[in-house]
Amino acid sequence: MISPAHYVALAVILFVIGAVGVLVRRNAIVIFMCVELMLNAVNLAFVAFARLHGNLDGQVIAFFVMVVAASEVVVGLAILTSIFRTRKSASVDDANLLKY
Amino acid sequence: MTHPVVLAAGAAATTQSIAFWVLAIGSVGAALGMVLARKAVHCAMLLAFVMLTLAIMYAMQGAPFLAFVQVIVYTGAVLMLFLFVLMIVGVTSADSVTETIKGQRLAAGLAGIGLLVLLSLVVGQAVIGPAAPGGPNFGSANVGAIAALIFTTYVFPFEVTSALLITAALGAMVLAHRERTSPRPTQRDLSIRRMTGGRPAPLPGPGTYARHNAVDMPAMLPDGSAARLSVSAVMGVRAVSGITIAGLDELAVPQAPALGETPAAGDTGDTGDTSGPAAGTGGQEER
Repeated sequence: MISPAHYVALAVILFVIGAVGVLVRRNAIVIFMCVELMLNAVNLAFVAFARLHGNLDGQVIAFFVMVVAASEVVVGLAILTSIFRTRKSASVDDANLLKY
Repeated sequence: MTHPVVLAAGAAATTQSIAFWVLAIGSVGAALGMVLARKAVHCAMLLAFVMLTLAIMYAMQGAPFLAFVQVIVYTGAVLMLFLFVLMIVGVTSADSVTETIKGQRLAAGLAGIGLLVLLSLVVGQAVIGPAAPGGPNFGSANVGAIAALIFTTYVFPFEVTSALLITAALGAMVLAHRERTSPRPTQRDLSIRRMTGGRPAPLPGPGTYARHNAVDMPAMLPDGSAARLSVSAVMGVRAVSGITIAGLDELAVPQAPALGETPAAGDTGDTGDTSGPAAGTGGQEER
């Protein structure tokens, strides 16, 4: 029998994979995708906890997370295109003007 | 003797566990592939797979509304946006394998293992019991119940969400907007530039007199060498055995900078127009 604990464990694994991807990858778009994976993992945990408690608040929170993620992607990708337009690179190593 | 309803429930539980394990293994594998794949387009496709498996899992957990929102918003809108930006930024932008910070991958792997251990301990400490009895809110009445919740308890966050969406749309327009710093070249300017640019004729098309007419096949010059300029600069020239790529010097014309190349001096950042001497000629229309 599959309990919510299984889904939470899967969410933990997906979250860790996304976090490692953010740390390892250097293409800014792929880093964005890994952030999306982390957000999706948290959504899965929210839905699992909603099922665990038998009310819908977790699903509503997951819905809000989706809205925030969508607007975050829109603004982030616009920033990426403007960075690429000026610096001709999508690598996070090249955008280091503000680096100490 | 077992009741038929109990039997059916047992069969449903078996089906659900089989579906869970298939989807879980598939999504973890696709997520790992996303982290490991070199090309960004492969990453996007694998992420789409992960999101679709998560949508099926939402449906399995009694959240049909979220399952459809996941498919429509995430795989439909967000990932297509990712693919659009990938096409703008350049599909060929593969990650380099060299480490710029020494030992970064090792440290990242160790940090990932540490995070996994930490989260596993947290989840293992918590007592996560079996699911509560579902009721109609986790099935046919899901959409209506979520709507009731959003418009009563969560009505203020919902209204704030609308402000957030408007701000995001405005911000994206402001960030992606580009001021034209130089006047748009008229047809007269383009023709003057073309006549004085040293090469009034169109560039040779790819594959002319060559063995294939693929776009990455250079045209053959009369002396049997390959014309490098016949292939678009954003594309690699296919290796032609036994033919040296010659004729570069007599055909050399300064071109508009290709994607991924450093811009030429005097470029005002206005790379959107094909303002090079080869503007409007055949084979250079990809920008």
